[in-house]
Amino acid sequence: MHRIALPDTGTASAWRQAARACLDAGLSPADVSWGDDADEAGLFDTLPVSPAKPVRMTVPRSFVEMAETVCWHRDTDRFARLYQFLWRLRDEPYLMGDRGDRELAALRLMEKGVHRCQHKMKAFVRFREIGDREDPRRSFAAWFEPTHHTIEPTAPFFVRRFADMDWKIVTPERSVIFQGGDLSFGPGQPKPALPDDASEALWLTYFRSIFNPARLKVRAMTSEMPRKYWKNLPEAATIPDLISGAPARARAMAEAAPTLPPAHAENARRQLAGHASAWSGPMDALPAAIHACQRCPLHSMATQAVPGQGPQDARLMIVGEQPGDQEDLAGVPFVGPAGRLFDRVAQSAGLDRSLAFVTNAVKHFKFEPRGKRRIHKRPNAGEISHCRWWLDAELAQVSPKLILALGATAAEALTGSGDNILARRGTVETRADGTTVLISIHPSFLLRLTDGQERDRQTDLFRDDLRRAAAMMQDGPQPSRSQALA
Amino acid sequence: MTAKSLESKLAILSDAAKYDASCASSGSTRRDSRDGKGFGSNEGTGICHAYAPDGRCISLLKILMTNFCIYDCAYCINRVSSNVARARFSVDEVVRLTVDFYRRNYIEGLFLSSGVIRSPDATMADMVEIVRKLREEENFHGYIHLKTIPDAAPELIEAAGRLADRLSINVELPTDASMQRLAAEKNPARIRRAMADFRLRKEASSDASHTGRKPPRFAPAGQSTQMIVGADGSNDAAILGESTRLYSSYQLKRVYYSAFSPIPDSSSRLPLISPPLMREHRLYQADWLLRFYGFDLKEIVDGARDGNLDLELDPKLAWALGHRDIFPVDINRAERELLLRVPGFGVKTVNRILGTRRHRTIRYDDVVRMGGLMKKAGPFITALGWSPGGLIDTAQLRARFLPPPAQLSLF
Repeated sequence: MHRIALPDTGTASAWRQAARACLDAGLSPADVSWGDDADEAGLFDTLPVSPAKPVRMTVPRSFVEMAETVCWHRDTDRFARLYQFLWRLRDEPYLMGDRGDRELAALRLMEKGVHRCQHKMKAFVRFREIGDREDPRRSFAAWFEPTHHTIEPTAPFFVRRFADMDWKIVTPERSVIFQGGDLSFGPGQPKPALPDDASEALWLTYFRSIFNPARLKVRAMTSEMPRKYWKNLPEAATIPDLISGAPARARAMAEAAPTLPPAHAENARRQLAGHASAWSGPMDALPAAIHACQRCPLHSMATQAVPGQGPQDARLMIVGEQPGDQEDLAGVPFVGPAGRLFDRVAQSAGLDRSLAFVTNAVKHFKFEPRGKRRIHKRPNAGEISHCRWWLDAELAQVSPKLILALGATAAEALTGSGDNILARRGTVETRADGTTVLISIHPSFLLRLTDGQERDRQTDLFRDDLRRAAAMMQDGPQPSRSQALA
Repeated sequence: MTAKSLESKLAILSDAAKYDASCASSGSTRRDSRDGKGFGSNEGTGICHAYAPDGRCISLLKILMTNFCIYDCAYCINRVSSNVARARFSVDEVVRLTVDFYRRNYIEGLFLSSGVIRSPDATMADMVEIVRKLREEENFHGYIHLKTIPDAAPELIEAAGRLADRLSINVELPTDASMQRLAAEKNPARIRRAMADFRLRKEASSDASHTGRKPPRFAPAGQSTQMIVGADGSNDAAILGESTRLYSSYQLKRVYYSAFSPIPDSSSRLPLISPPLMREHRLYQADWLLRFYGFDLKEIVDGARDGNLDLELDPKLAWALGHRDIFPVDINRAERELLLRVPGFGVKTVNRILGTRRHRTIRYDDVVRMGGLMKKAGPFITALGWSPGGLIDTAQLRARFLPPPAQLSLF
């Protein structure tokens, strides 16, 4: 019987060496007893002498890797179990691939335990700073209680991670010291008194704040962070309070009445409107958004913006120029003199305005104050372009079959050109997105005509345009005819 | 207004960040600090340094740079119309917190997100500056996850991708309609364009040039996103449909599902329910089946009632109960694809079965040692010396797997 005792430093490579010697000497597992108490007997005292020409046996790489991990397990039988399995492996080399084998399954379980312990050590060691923060090499120390003998195999991880600082990790069995770039191991120590560390309070604050009391899952926590580690984790001290307070906090959140938005919310919303390139909000919020518009300076003069009105699913959209004096006051489109004229002509043309969505190319009233009156001013290209954003939003919302453009401004906003309106009136043009636009004059043009005869003639033409619109609504757009007219 | 202390800022800005489920620190490039010129390492596998009582791991310092935000997303604690306390970290404060936490081994790195202030570019520029300082001045080699702002300038995204391990952008809601309703300022099309742009950049960075030199790496740990579950009416089929679309279109590493949870000062537009944690769990299980077990979306949601997964049974078991004609499977002969469909078998168990049966015939007890959950798998397999008999065809099979009836809580 050979008694082999392995040292507590370099245990894995010592076992490998000893196992190789025993195997070479042909010692069966029954002939060897393994121990990890280095004081009892020296390693090489009882190491068997190999025969002159040993039969070299190759061992799968996977076994060597497994053995190197299992050697750090706390179980005192680990060396014997490894040798027992190694002995069998001589005759059955495929055994490493047999996951159903009892002995292999037990060894794999031990391997898993060591890996888990190593992983938890990487995760749960908590350093405190023991030197000055401004030192060229900062120094830290930690106290840790691992389940297995995992200090030595895990130390290289900390070297790779914390190479530019000095640190030591003290455990009851061993301690590891990294100073000036050199790694060394020392004897175990009782728990040292480490100085308070201000960052630890911040860490506790973080731990408390990142916890969501509405989703308490204590078992999910303890399965990954078992209680045995809690005594050395500073943040664990806060856990009982977090758990006991959670239901009340969750209830309070649920029961709290909704509050009004703070004052800065409205400013932020306006600021945001300036960043966006296309309206993408909910449709019922569109009128409110138009009301809040500050995209061009017109808003500062007008009473209010006037969004379009009418059925959201209208097949016809009527686009005028901009709100006038009356519309600006009422906040409703087409209610002034021109709007009333439009209504009269439309009625005689058989066009039901209530079925159409009525809006303007520009949503704010542009005018020049003159005494007690406000004199209408045509919006310029920049204003039309700024406001097209809202017109596009309304178009996207209603998606009409036909758009009736009244006057040059509407034509410009819808087709890109407001020129030669009198020549284009009564014709149908197609927008880039395929919607058709029937061009006509603006009713205020009729109001400005002083020659009665000419006014009657133009009114008749306007009526014809509206009739045409009404007809197109009934038949749907007719491309062939519109091409002929255009 | 007096200046807030670092501690109170940390409390506000980590509280504001906790509704983001992502915490992964895995899958990036291997690197360490052995040359002594800095600190930090990444070894491929993530490390969870602590767990909160909500069961979520704490791997990264997950904070917002600021919780001031000009958006008004109904589900979000930081929306502009909420009255929560507001704070803002300076660039140096975030750098210092990250360094001090990392050196004490509290964290694997930083997960930095932010509310949108002033303009998207200004916000993103500050975030990039934090990461640049960490990498270039502090020589920090740990993990960094940056949340990107959809409208930020391309140069900023490029810089962020060179400095960080992972970039992400949250879709939050599975359908455009819900997003329009609950997060009006967010533009789903723009978020998709940002994800597409990420994929193009990442692909460009992995193509070697004609000189054979590789261009600088772009976010080696890829991109991820999060969807909130239960804030809108979308069913599980819609959610999983959206995630399969995202996985396939933009090569996401992960889609996180986050059960909508009550928030302080919540919007009246949203349900104040306790978070649907089991539903969230089932979605993750289904997500895994889709990505690692060869399941098709149609297979998983076809049997689902109203398009929602069975809350009582895991989706694989539910599928197996609906396809009993395929079972029992002979584990000594069945192909890998079929073994992966056995409830209670994971990918590892299947690999072990395949490895072992090359040498010998497998018995029931072997599978137990290989990690198979036999309570689930038993009725669906045959092994040497084991046959489920008529078990697979009994009407009560489903009842065997149901959780024990729980008494209703009085509170």
